[in-house]
Amino acid sequence: MSPDATASASAAAPAASPAPPILLAEGITKQFGGLTAVNDVTFDVPARSIVSLIGPNGAGKTTFFNMLTGLIRPTGGRITFDGRNITRARPDVITARGVARTFQNIRLFGAMTATENVMIGYHGRMRAGVFGAIARPPWVRREERQAVGRARELLAYVGLRPADFERLATQLSYGDQRRVEIARALASEPRLLLLDEPTAGMNPQESAALSAFMRRIRDDLNLTILLIEHDMRVVMGVSERVTVLNYGSRLAEGTPAEVRANPAVIEAYLGREGNGTP
Amino acid sequence: MSELAAQLREWRAAIERLLPPWWSKWWNKGLAALLLVVGVILPFLTGSNSGFLNGTIVAVAYAVMALGLNVVVGMAGLLDLGYVAFYAFGAYCVGWFGSGFFFGTRVHVGVSPAASRLAGIHLNFVLILIAAVVICAVAGIIIGLPTLRLRGDYIAIVTLAFGEIIGVLAVNGQSIGVGGGMTLTAGNLGISAVDPPWFPGSGSFSLLDLRPWYWLIFGILLIVLFVNLRLRDSRLGRAWVALREDEVAAVSMGVPLVKTKLMAYATGAAFGGMAGAFFGAYFTVVNAGQFAFGFSIFILAMVVVGGIGSIWGALAGGLLLGYINNYLIPDVLNNLPQSFGLNFQLTSVSFGIFGFLLVLVMTVRPQGLFPERRRKLELTGEVAAQDAELGSEPEGPA
Repeated sequence: MSPDATASASAAAPAASPAPPILLAEGITKQFGGLTAVNDVTFDVPARSIVSLIGPNGAGKTTFFNMLTGLIRPTGGRITFDGRNITRARPDVITARGVARTFQNIRLFGAMTATENVMIGYHGRMRAGVFGAIARPPWVRREERQAVGRARELLAYVGLRPADFERLATQLSYGDQRRVEIARALASEPRLLLLDEPTAGMNPQESAALSAFMRRIRDDLNLTILLIEHDMRVVMGVSERVTVLNYGSRLAEGTPAEVRANPAVIEAYLGREGNGTP
Repeated sequence: MSELAAQLREWRAAIERLLPPWWSKWWNKGLAALLLVVGVILPFLTGSNSGFLNGTIVAVAYAVMALGLNVVVGMAGLLDLGYVAFYAFGAYCVGWFGSGFFFGTRVHVGVSPAASRLAGIHLNFVLILIAAVVICAVAGIIIGLPTLRLRGDYIAIVTLAFGEIIGVLAVNGQSIGVGGGMTLTAGNLGISAVDPPWFPGSGSFSLLDLRPWYWLIFGILLIVLFVNLRLRDSRLGRAWVALREDEVAAVSMGVPLVKTKLMAYATGAAFGGMAGAFFGAYFTVVNAGQFAFGFSIFILAMVVVGGIGSIWGALAGGLLLGYINNYLIPDVLNNLPQSFGLNFQLTSVSFGIFGFLLVLVMTVRPQGLFPERRRKLELTGEVAAQDAELGSEPEGPA
């Protein structure tokens, strides 16, 4: 309906021309005791695309993210990233392979400055161990300098004011905290970026700016982005493909326009139309 | 209270404006140099075996322990209540490798001529220190392993249990044979006739002249302090703080959980082992009764009083409580109650005094004497205002 949506629908060509998937999840299931949070979900993310994962609250979206990043282990199924099986890998190993994420409720390290937060993202790309830290040979000093430099570059890139670089994460405004979190994720040099409700708590202007920013980082850094999002304007505007989860199962998949027209999706979100309703 | 604090801050800012700009740059370095000089010449300001010097030596060794525990509890946020275990391992290193305890063996490396004629294992004190560091680091990792899947208070319970296990092991070690009629420990009898440290040129340390002991532990303190500062401002130190702040976020950003936590346990344990080895030699006996649970709490109190996570705080807290426990209460104020006509000595209520001090610090200055830079920033009024602002921010999507 909006010109935005039709534009991105036509940009969703990857569905037709088969780009190799960078992420492939096959039959992912997660049971917490008797509760099946994610039930046999299969889907893939083509390289350099922006894919959205949507669904009502409690549909299992964040659980799915946690399995992709190794925070929880799936009960069944297989996750392949860039041709390698990461189903049971440790979170730090998965990050080192090139998957980074942000969190639904911002999880910055409150007692650290913005720069230090981003440097933690760079952790896996540094080598200094305990003896390197104590002796501090020239290569360790160089590595530290590089890490600080890169962290500041990234903070500037996501749009943080230089005056805020050395402030504690807790002292930053809400929007700036979101920026720092994205910078921290980018610092690990990911090829797949998982964003968990990045526009939560933002006004429409900020959300629009973030949508533009997502496209920009995808193009600048050669990234693939998978996002969980509730703001349909953002989902329809930015994604090339949308997957809908409901009660832990995949309900629908397709271009934004297809998903929006899907009666099952409308029912999941709005409920079934009663007989008496016009 | 807060008005007074605000007034003090105002005055301090006014004084800082009056000072030339180079002042603040050199202030820290000047202060460090001054403290170093005072630290080195301190023994000359008092008798060579005065109660004050004895109290200082013990206080400095406590400070080394507090610095070690601060790595685990303060930086990495792992509440370790079994720290006394590393005191025990360090002290037993002296008992094992610096006495005639293993009488069936004869090993001598770099020891005094007198000791080199004795049976048993006799290593130079530096080698014993290195052994203590290695053994304690390994023990720290072993104790840390079962706590890896735990968080918060549960870590405290497991480490507490381990501390107790080591204590019981020390007592019952006299029944554990290691061959040739020798046993693992001497239990409550204690391993005595421990070699005093000996270095070429210094001769054997004697308890009649405490100055060499002081310089030895002061040197150990400087090493531990240096290592602490280096680690804090490193990739590893940042990773510890990140794990403390938010474990899930830290591992998602690529911090290896197991390796980083075990490194914190090992580092903290190694420092505790150094202090423990010094105590073993200084007290000339390694007795299982020394390794009580209360000691772990005492060291933790030093860290808390000084400011959790702060290196200078741990140093200050260790020195302060060390002085109070080993000089002020037993030597200076012990007979104070009697001068008021009360029939007890102050040493018998020392734990009550420490409890009172802890409560006082928690009430008046919860962040500790010298809070960690990061926490200090966190506790400024500006943050509180920001938090209030954030609280009013709309949550979740509209």
